[in-house]
Amino acid sequence: MVKPSSSAATKDDARALIHSLRSAYSATPTNLKIIDLYVVFAVSTALIQVAYMAIVGSFPFNSFLSGVLSCVGTAVLAVCLRIQVNKENKEFKDLPPERAFADFVLCNLVLHLVIMNFLG
Amino acid sequence: MAVPVDTVTKQPQPPPPSPSSLRFAFGNVLAFFILLLIGVLAFSIRLFSVIKYESVIHEFDPYFNYRVTQFLTKNGIYDFWNWFDDRTWYPLGRVIGGTVYPGLTLTAGTIWKVLQSLNIPLSVETVCVFTAPVFSAFAAWATYLLTKEVKGTGAGLTAAVLLAMVPSYISRSVAGSYDNEAVAIFALIFTFYLYIKTLNTGSLFYATLNSLSYFYMVCSWGGYTFIINLIPMHVLLCIVTGRYSSRLYIAYAPLVVLGTLLAALVPVVGFNAVMTSEHFASFLVFIVIHVVALAYYIKGILSPKMFKVAATLVVSVGLVVCLAVVGVLVAVVASSPTKGWSGRSLSLLDPTYASKYIPIIASVSEHQPPTWPSYFMDLNVLAFLVPAGIIACFSPLSDASSFVILYLVMSVYFSGVMVRLMLVLAPAACIMSGIALSEAFEVFTRSIKFYISSLSEFLETDAGDVMPGSNGSPQFDVLKTEKKEDSLKERPSRKNKKKEKDVVVVKEKSSVKSKTEKRPLVLPAEVSFFALFLTVLLGAFYVVHSVWAAAEAYSAPSIVLTSHSHDGLHVFDDFREAYAWLSHNTEVDDKVASWWDYGYQTTAMANRTVIVDNNTWNNTHIATVGTAMSSPEKAGWEIFNSLDVKYVLVVFGGLVGYPSDDINKFLWMVRIGGGVFPHIKEPDYLRDGQYRIDSQATPTMLNSLMYKLSYFRFVETDGGKGYDRVRRTEIGKKHFKLTHFEEVFTTHHWMVRIYKLKPQKNRIRGKTKKTKSKTISSTPRSGTTKKNPWH
Repeated sequence: MVKPSSSAATKDDARALIHSLRSAYSATPTNLKIIDLYVVFAVSTALIQVAYMAIVGSFPFNSFLSGVLSCVGTAVLAVCLRIQVNKENKEFKDLPPERAFADFVLCNLVLHLVIMNFLG
Repeated sequence: MAVPVDTVTKQPQPPPPSPSSLRFAFGNVLAFFILLLIGVLAFSIRLFSVIKYESVIHEFDPYFNYRVTQFLTKNGIYDFWNWFDDRTWYPLGRVIGGTVYPGLTLTAGTIWKVLQSLNIPLSVETVCVFTAPVFSAFAAWATYLLTKEVKGTGAGLTAAVLLAMVPSYISRSVAGSYDNEAVAIFALIFTFYLYIKTLNTGSLFYATLNSLSYFYMVCSWGGYTFIINLIPMHVLLCIVTGRYSSRLYIAYAPLVVLGTLLAALVPVVGFNAVMTSEHFASFLVFIVIHVVALAYYIKGILSPKMFKVAATLVVSVGLVVCLAVVGVLVAVVASSPTKGWSGRSLSLLDPTYASKYIPIIASVSEHQPPTWPSYFMDLNVLAFLVPAGIIACFSPLSDASSFVILYLVMSVYFSGVMVRLMLVLAPAACIMSGIALSEAFEVFTRSIKFYISSLSEFLETDAGDVMPGSNGSPQFDVLKTEKKEDSLKERPSRKNKKKEKDVVVVKEKSSVKSKTEKRPLVLPAEVSFFALFLTVLLGAFYVVHSVWAAAEAYSAPSIVLTSHSHDGLHVFDDFREAYAWLSHNTEVDDKVASWWDYGYQTTAMANRTVIVDNNTWNNTHIATVGTAMSSPEKAGWEIFNSLDVKYVLVVFGGLVGYPSDDINKFLWMVRIGGGVFPHIKEPDYLRDGQYRIDSQATPTMLNSLMYKLSYFRFVETDGGKGYDRVRRTEIGKKHFKLTHFEEVFTTHHWMVRIYKLKPQKNRIRGKTKKTKSKTISSTPRSGTTKKNPWH
């Protein structure tokens, strides 16, 4: 999650941090890990599109916008789903994961209908 | 309205636990019927305009909306999106589909279509007239929902009934006032409700609904930028005050992505949704909330010691990212000419901006800052109840109540900038006052209830010791506080969930709060009876004022005027007379020039092409018309002739005393014209800084086309005096001829005068015909046949 950006002075701290992060993250359940992978994939797709836009130009601006926002939106919604189905999150104890997933699907449906409309 | 609910909860005097569910059910049914009645009230209080006048579209902008709706119902949605209107802004035209907020039109069109398919044959005009009252009922219900999320049912009902008849909102939503605000206020409140609902539940479903509701708001009104700036501010406030929760993330992040995309779907917004500065705040906060969410997540999975190490890294990385993004945004903004802000938004931030740089914005009366009495006129007692409501919102402060407070503060600021935005303040004031009133009612009725129950207990146990003022004894206080604890516990129980992150702080707070909460309960019965009476009286005053405002102040359609005098009621229907004349006596393709105020009405009612209209998108074009009106007759004729104008329409109130006529607007024509064409100078029209049309007026003023068109033959009306009833003076130049214009129609009360441009002469006769009409002709021309019914 966090990249220790070459802070040479606190190398030990950073190493310990990475270690503890890794050990803490390995404890997360598999379904959450899948969601995380999905989020990372979506964000990296968005970044690729932004890089492409920077090189080639943003001429069909609505296409660029819908492409990037599709990725960002997907990532955001997946994060919301992850928050809701996370068992450690006590705020959503009484929310069944099925309901959370249904909401997620609905929101995605709206998002991608809009994007298809906006794509031009 | 909180009274009936309280009486419901009061009815079983010794509170047994078993019938409480029944009581709740009863309360719910009662609340439902109260809401129904509130809807009926909101609808019917706005019908004064129909009853006193007639079922007619009001004012200026509604006529345009009406015309667009007619087009939509006739030609369908696809033609509507592609509609290029060649009847306005001649010779430029206007792309209506891409420059109009379509929410209102589509709403009314859909209602009309549904009614038609149900075989209810209402005309489009009727649907348009009654759209605003129907939506104000919806707005009242939305207010109920919003306030209920913040402070419970009682406050919700009170706020709803206050909103149903707040004069500020009535002024914009009487029957016939078919304007964007009519549906936009409902959309605004409903969007806020869904945001609060999402914030309280953390459900993605409500987040989806929230963005759809935001979409409707974007469709309806340019004021949607208020939402997209207010919600980020609230998110930021929550983050800064340490109230971040994952519900906040769910409420905000999907809204930004979905909302931006949806807003970009509306043609009038389009790419502005990502390109203009009004929207940048939301993107900035979007990034901030992600950084914060990540920080909270890592804090959750790491040990506190490791988190400290991580925190420095996260914060520094986050800061770098933020700075980079801010840098990019600033670069983008700085590269655009107006720094990315539109004129109206700039005048919101800097109230003096418009009057300095954009006379066209400053010239609209509803863009002026309001005066103090208008607050009392539009809000009445709410203005005094609002502070109490703020205090009530602070105990206990939840995410929802902090949002309402923020909404109030921001809307107070904006209403101080532009009188039109008083409309945004009205719901906030209603919510606050609703909370205040309902809290007050709760305290009073509780102490009365307690007094009664203790009285009966005393009668049962020892009948001797009863004294009416004796409920200050410590025994009672214990009982009372216990009860209060119980009733208090019900409400914060669902809010307790949110605050688990900072339990310690909240516990401290709540203990402090419960101590302070106990104090108002020691009210003696007499005091609470009296206070209850006064509160009801206050509400009664509000009702009386609102009904008066609805009936007298805000129901005039402004195209039909009435006046009461000693010999009865006078109706001035001159506008429709003039427009009907135009539509019957001129060619379909004739161009009519007038000041831009009357553009929408001319196109809608007379169906003639106009040069400028109320859309005001092209300042130069309006300045051209302003210059023509400010120029001498010949120069004005040349300008109008170059625009292919056949008829010129002026509004003149000097005969009947109609104050908002063209002579009173004339200085704005000079200013706007002079802003583009520098040979028009405002001081030329002012004598010692004073605007006057009597014999002291400057020659430029007396020779201007507007003066001549307004006062031509005016002296005939009162036997040579030429007394102007609006300016309360005799006019400066009484007898003159028109050389380039010909009067073709003047309405019954002379309120609208229509002139035809004379065709160009075949032969130039030399300088004698120039418009130096120094030759005072004592005998006005009577040879030309005039269709003037005035005698």
